[in-house]
Amino acid sequence: MFDYETLKIIWWGFVGVLLIGFALTDGFDFGVGMMLPFIGKTDGERRVVINSIGSTWEGNQTWFITAGGAIFAAWPLVYSAAFSGFYVALMLLLFSLFFRPVGFDYRSKVADTRWRNAWDWGLFAGGFVPPLIFGVAFGNLFLGVPFHYDDTMRVEYTGNFFQLLNPFSLLAGLLSVAMLLMHGAAYLQVKTDALIAERARSIAKVAGLVTVLLFVAGGFWVAFGIHGYRITAMPDANSAFMPIVKTVVTANGAWFDNYARWPAIWAFPIVAVAGALLCVVFSAANKAMAAFLSSGLCVTAIILTAGASLFPFIMPSSLAPNSSLTIWDAVSSHKTLGIMFWVVVIMLPIILLYTTWVYRVMRGKVTLKHIEDNQHTAY
Amino acid sequence: MIPIDEVVALSRLQFAATAMFHFLFVPLTLGLAWILVIMESVYVMTGSPVYKDMTRFWGKLFGINFAMGIATGITLEFQFGTNWSYYSHYVGDIFGTPLAIEGMMAFFLESTFVGLFFFGWDRLSRVQHLLITFLVALGSSLSALWILIANGWMNNPVGAEFNYETMRMELTSIVDVIFNPVAQVKFVHTLSAGYVAASMFVLGISAFYLLRGRDTAFALRSFAIAAGFGLASTLSVIVLGDESGYTAGEVNKVKLAAMEAEWHTEPAPAGITVVGWPNEKEQRTDYAIKIPYVLGLIGTRSADKQITGIQDLKKEHEVRIRNGMLAYAALTRLKGGDKSPEAVAAFDKLKDDLGYGLLLKKYTPNVVDATPEQIGMAVNDTFPKIAPMFWSFRLMVGLGILFLFIFSCSFYFLIRKQLAKQRWLLRLAVYSIPLPWVAIELGWLLAEYGRQPWTISGVLPTHLSASTLQPGSLYFSLAGFLGFYTFLFVIEMILMVKYARRGPSSLHTGKYHWERLEAASTDTTAKA
Repeated sequence: MFDYETLKIIWWGFVGVLLIGFALTDGFDFGVGMMLPFIGKTDGERRVVINSIGSTWEGNQTWFITAGGAIFAAWPLVYSAAFSGFYVALMLLLFSLFFRPVGFDYRSKVADTRWRNAWDWGLFAGGFVPPLIFGVAFGNLFLGVPFHYDDTMRVEYTGNFFQLLNPFSLLAGLLSVAMLLMHGAAYLQVKTDALIAERARSIAKVAGLVTVLLFVAGGFWVAFGIHGYRITAMPDANSAFMPIVKTVVTANGAWFDNYARWPAIWAFPIVAVAGALLCVVFSAANKAMAAFLSSGLCVTAIILTAGASLFPFIMPSSLAPNSSLTIWDAVSSHKTLGIMFWVVVIMLPIILLYTTWVYRVMRGKVTLKHIEDNQHTAY
Repeated sequence: MIPIDEVVALSRLQFAATAMFHFLFVPLTLGLAWILVIMESVYVMTGSPVYKDMTRFWGKLFGINFAMGIATGITLEFQFGTNWSYYSHYVGDIFGTPLAIEGMMAFFLESTFVGLFFFGWDRLSRVQHLLITFLVALGSSLSALWILIANGWMNNPVGAEFNYETMRMELTSIVDVIFNPVAQVKFVHTLSAGYVAASMFVLGISAFYLLRGRDTAFALRSFAIAAGFGLASTLSVIVLGDESGYTAGEVNKVKLAAMEAEWHTEPAPAGITVVGWPNEKEQRTDYAIKIPYVLGLIGTRSADKQITGIQDLKKEHEVRIRNGMLAYAALTRLKGGDKSPEAVAAFDKLKDDLGYGLLLKKYTPNVVDATPEQIGMAVNDTFPKIAPMFWSFRLMVGLGILFLFIFSCSFYFLIRKQLAKQRWLLRLAVYSIPLPWVAIELGWLLAEYGRQPWTISGVLPTHLSASTLQPGSLYFSLAGFLGFYTFLFVIEMILMVKYARRGPSSLHTGKYHWERLEAASTDTTAKA
């Protein structure tokens, strides 16, 4: 139905939607996990925090799994190069994620303090490490990473894990942690009351301000301190071609090309900053839902900023710029993109519908009393 | 740069270990979810509280297991990319689609509603909650469907064609991929196997309570549901056994011949070797006990189709490998810049055998200069080792027959209301709890090891599919998996056994064995 070029752009949008969905939902789960051992001072309080996300976190994590599957289906070259290239980082991500399903289900099944405390720290790891790694990975995309192809289209990544931990990417990692901490703290204001909500308010205010700071600093860094990538020649976007046939150059400030071309996208970084500041203000004013919507807006806008800056690049190659993966040449065939388009168009609204229903059924605050009354069934 | 042998071997080891570990938890999820639906349906229809208790208690065990299924499943979603990047590039256009659909259709369904299953009892009506349980079960079974469509495609890569310009396989027909007969057979067989495992789990644990004479009403009803569901599933797993799928697709003929140690092509319908000692060196099976006609009938579902023997298949493979060398030469010509119509036509004619040519890359990077000796080695590579295939198959089927026996006897004595006296059967049920898992893992060995040397049958050899990584990375990840998985497995087993032993008393309703015991003893102490 759509031509190849249009589908390629649509798929950039779809992957963006899945990543934003992931950040908005599993994002606050990560934020809550990060806070767990600090914001919950007693066993009851910690159980309140865990149960605030307990019934919905698994559905949220599925945005991540599906984003991965979608990247495999739509951008197989990216899936192939990124996952093998960032091997050690992905393994660390995986190991930290292991703590979550078992942490939630097993933690309160044994009435031992050391057992429960250990799982709480496991849930902390599962909440803190993934955002850090995602942020670091995303930051490295701005810098480009060293990979190239041989004549059979076999990718070879020539970097190592420690090279990923450069200053800019670490900043991106911290930004990711801060924005999800803010988002999680906003969520807890909605879902809990009394002491926990109070502490969450304080955390949201600090995290929101740190988010603005890191985001703006990152923006200046990208503008003046990083060589962006720019396509100078490329076959017809409506055709299938291998990455290597295009020409790519690096240039200072090239990541701002799109802002010059489509000034409307300045809205993204502006809304990102506004959203974080509004979250701070609403948290201080004790307006929980408004704070949560603001943090959600901020998270969405930060991801849109990053995606719009990189567009049409997905994974630039610092070693062989022409081999950079873009939305034009990292894609599956026209046929596959078309089929998957219909899958998403049909399934996504259905998913959103029943997800909303589940949140509605489980609405309301999780309180200490609820935990006491449901000692043996709650997490 | 093709990954070195060490990296390929470690990657294979890691994938096999993590996949088989994941599949310790999947069968129980698949089957127990439906058992919960059955139990809860009875509750909704009769209002009898014991059925609600059954749903909630077996649901607790379901939850302990489900958590591990999720944790170990993420590993696999990643691993195609992390460790098999050339594979992901080469077939991602086709393979990624069922995986993405699995996420959107199945994972979202089961994961979104599983939380409500545990925490929605007080917020939903009885019928609403039952619907939730049903959707969790549906979601997990749909997940099996899509991943087996993907795995089925690995074994019979229909609906796709090689594109020399993008150097990968590309989709030509999604309908062919979805309705791949190999995928269909695998789906029903694997799903049924999961149902058998869950049934044996519930049967065995219920038998344990019956042997101890506790929570009898609860245990008997659980036992009954498990027996019925288990009998139906076992019949399904055996009758709709995977064998019938093995005539579809070239490489499945290899698997069938290997499993049966069918060295030569017998006149149809071929006989089955029930037991014997496959002698790979001499290319025969010693001490064979055969039943005539059976293999031909069940393997080809016909009386006149032959099952090609190993030696004949190897001859066919040699022809294909030689064609593959020509295909490789034609491809090289195309990539060298000669895009003339005859160059394209020359490659088109031979491209179906390109995969066989790629087998030679193990011995010589140029393929076209392979010596007769190297060709001979490649021909032998087209077969997995016969003995593991032969014995795994027999052990798996033997276990299947044992399950049929156990479930049939259980069903029979239940109907005759003589179950309590059959202590031998109850004890057998308890000891048989782990056996379906043994059968299942053997089945996967047959399926995946039997597909070697290919990741995509006839298209992409395993030794070319792996990511070009440093061995150090593999040792790091293997150590991590070994450490984390062992640790989590021990914890999961401790919890599972703890709750299984506790039984429905863990629901804290006050009605069941340990709680009544405690209440009785406090009464006595109070009186004294």
